[in-house]
Amino acid sequence: MPQTSFIDAAGTLAQNRTLLRFATAGSVDDGKSTLVGRLLHDSKAVLVDQLEAVARTSAERGFGGAAGGLDLALLTDGLRAEREQGITIDVAYRYFSTAERSFILADCPGHVQYTRNMVTGSATADAVVVLIDARKGVLEQTRRHLSVVALLRVPNVIVAINKIDLVDYSETVYNDILEQLKLVTVELGLQGVHAIPVSALEGDNVVERSTKTAWYTGPTVIELLETLPAIDEIESDNDPFRFPVQLIIRPQGGLVNGLDANEFRDYRGYAGQVASGSIKVGDEVEVTPGNFKTRVTGIDLAGRAIDSAFAPQSVSLRLADEFDLARGAVIGAVGTLPEPVKEIHAEIFWLDSRSAVPGTRVLVKAGTQTVQAIISSVIGRRNLDTLAIEGTDELKVNDIGNVVLRLASPVPIGDYNQNRRAGAFLIIQPQDGSTLAAGINTNAQFDEFDI
Amino acid sequence: MSNSELKAGQKLAEHRLGLLDTLESEAIHIIREVVAEFERPVLLFSGGKDSVVVLHLAAKAFWPGKVPFPVLHVDTGHNFPEVIEFRDRTVEKLGLRLEVASVQDYIDRGILQERPDGTRNPLQTLPLLEAITNGKFDAVFGGARRDEDKARAKERILSMRDEFGQWDPRNQRPELWNLYNGRHLPGQHVRAFPISNWTELDIWRYIERENIELPPLYLAHEREVYSRDGMWRAVGPVSMPNPDEVVETRLVRYRTVGDMSCTGAVESNAVSISDVVLEVAGSTLTERGATRADDRISEAAMEDRKKEGYF
Repeated sequence: MPQTSFIDAAGTLAQNRTLLRFATAGSVDDGKSTLVGRLLHDSKAVLVDQLEAVARTSAERGFGGAAGGLDLALLTDGLRAEREQGITIDVAYRYFSTAERSFILADCPGHVQYTRNMVTGSATADAVVVLIDARKGVLEQTRRHLSVVALLRVPNVIVAINKIDLVDYSETVYNDILEQLKLVTVELGLQGVHAIPVSALEGDNVVERSTKTAWYTGPTVIELLETLPAIDEIESDNDPFRFPVQLIIRPQGGLVNGLDANEFRDYRGYAGQVASGSIKVGDEVEVTPGNFKTRVTGIDLAGRAIDSAFAPQSVSLRLADEFDLARGAVIGAVGTLPEPVKEIHAEIFWLDSRSAVPGTRVLVKAGTQTVQAIISSVIGRRNLDTLAIEGTDELKVNDIGNVVLRLASPVPIGDYNQNRRAGAFLIIQPQDGSTLAAGINTNAQFDEFDI
Repeated sequence: MSNSELKAGQKLAEHRLGLLDTLESEAIHIIREVVAEFERPVLLFSGGKDSVVVLHLAAKAFWPGKVPFPVLHVDTGHNFPEVIEFRDRTVEKLGLRLEVASVQDYIDRGILQERPDGTRNPLQTLPLLEAITNGKFDAVFGGARRDEDKARAKERILSMRDEFGQWDPRNQRPELWNLYNGRHLPGQHVRAFPISNWTELDIWRYIERENIELPPLYLAHEREVYSRDGMWRAVGPVSMPNPDEVVETRLVRYRTVGDMSCTGAVESNAVSISDVVLEVAGSTLTERGATRADDRISEAAMEDRKKEGYF
């Protein structure tokens, strides 16, 4: 059984502990909030006063569940409207830790009109937990959630087949659902899928291993979460160095008290967060726009010179040559930066009630650059049952589809399939600033698709 | 194992960023994004540990340059004197400009009325909003964390406020990858929460690691206190005991530093930051549940105040 934050805090593991971000998704009534409550409760992340509040409200409402009379869903349903309607209407973030890891959990609503929140939760997730009700099997909603997970390239997927207690812990039911699930994951090309029979209400196979599913020998939900690799670990190891410049630090006049003005007179640091890969002092790099080549002469991490940096560290780079670089420039390993483009073929998740039609004027924010753009054509909408792109010239809220965007000036956007941060962008409404869509650059030819 | 294989293994271990470094990196990225994209940012600085950590992160983000924005304190007039002294010293040390929005001033001018229960926390909203408007601030950094409260758990890192300072939880912008959208209309502003993803324990571990100075009342000290609502309240000009409440001297510390009138102390032997880390790790109560009378009023207390423009 995993140790709790309570126990580990006194230990020395804290400094070496890593972070995993994961999201949960499921249809209404799949018991998602209960699963989240169970994770928090059984990993001892719930403190006495929170538990008392839940116990009080459970009693007031006559909750009859078996978990000591506690409606664990109350732990996460934060907003008043949600408590009244009994559904989760917005992404809520939860924090808990075990001896192995700290977790940030994005609890995402599964209700259809709130798909945008699921996209929000999954975009930064290292893993997604998708819930299936064992009595119902794979539903349209499940397909939809798994499609979003596949399109967003979430590297790890845990399918929790919940309410296994309500089908008498039946291995047959579980295996039938696995068969349905396999069809979908094969179709979607989803890698790294793990299925687990659970009862969030009773606590089976969430944190504690169940004695009632002897036929299941795999890990519990928490055991998987403790061992799955985070995206940054994968991308800092495997991908080329890429560093979007956020701003330039030139502290003339505004030097930190006590620093020597002479020493920092010519200081020029390019501040940003390493998006992928790693970099050492002395490495040759390339800069776009302009395709200049230069060398890294120093890496500063908040007043401390370091020898190397990797994703996702926030640092300042000093370069051998002075360029007139501005926010929006990208520094990368030589020969690896994408050619700036004025046209993006993208898969987009449309999140606004105003539709996307050809000719819509928008802003595109990619990395640290924001440019004007026009949706020059809408290719089609993805049918989440068949996954085919079906021709249309309009995308509505919660639609996922393919569009061509024409940009006012070239942007060095990468391929999302190779690196998530390099190929992701936002579509923004230029007047009121709303986020209209999440976009990923797929470089796709739109007469074919493969996921 | 060949040399190259060994090297690959070492590289993996080397490229795994620890929890505190990951959180620090994310916060610095957010602070830099806001400074790059907004005209006039400001940091809400109370001298409380969370705002102290945000200021520390801002100092790191722009080194060797100074923090490129001023700090704003909403002074209720009920603050602990040690905290005000700490605030002034910190601002002086970093060479920053401090703006103070004074609740007392609003009460003196008759614009705000003292509440019957004596707490001034809900009175902060108007002075805060007017300070934001008058200062033409378009981005306001705060030290709120999502683990503090269920309503805060749903707050975005960049959170829009309308011209009345209101938060609309049902109409929040989706926040995707590490791309923050801060575009807003004139009159609107954005609250920015760089330490959204930190827990109370992360904050303390970071303070310990970075050796960050805090107001002294975070550490155990002897103080005259009396018990009310299951908390230890300090005896002071705005927090006098009722006749039936017994005053005694106890070794206490504060987990949050709000107003003297509504912030309770906890009994503690934690005289160093390391002691506090151990104490927090072993705590069975949330920091707000333990020490904030204002959040006990109702289950939705925080949500209601946030909608009205509270931080």
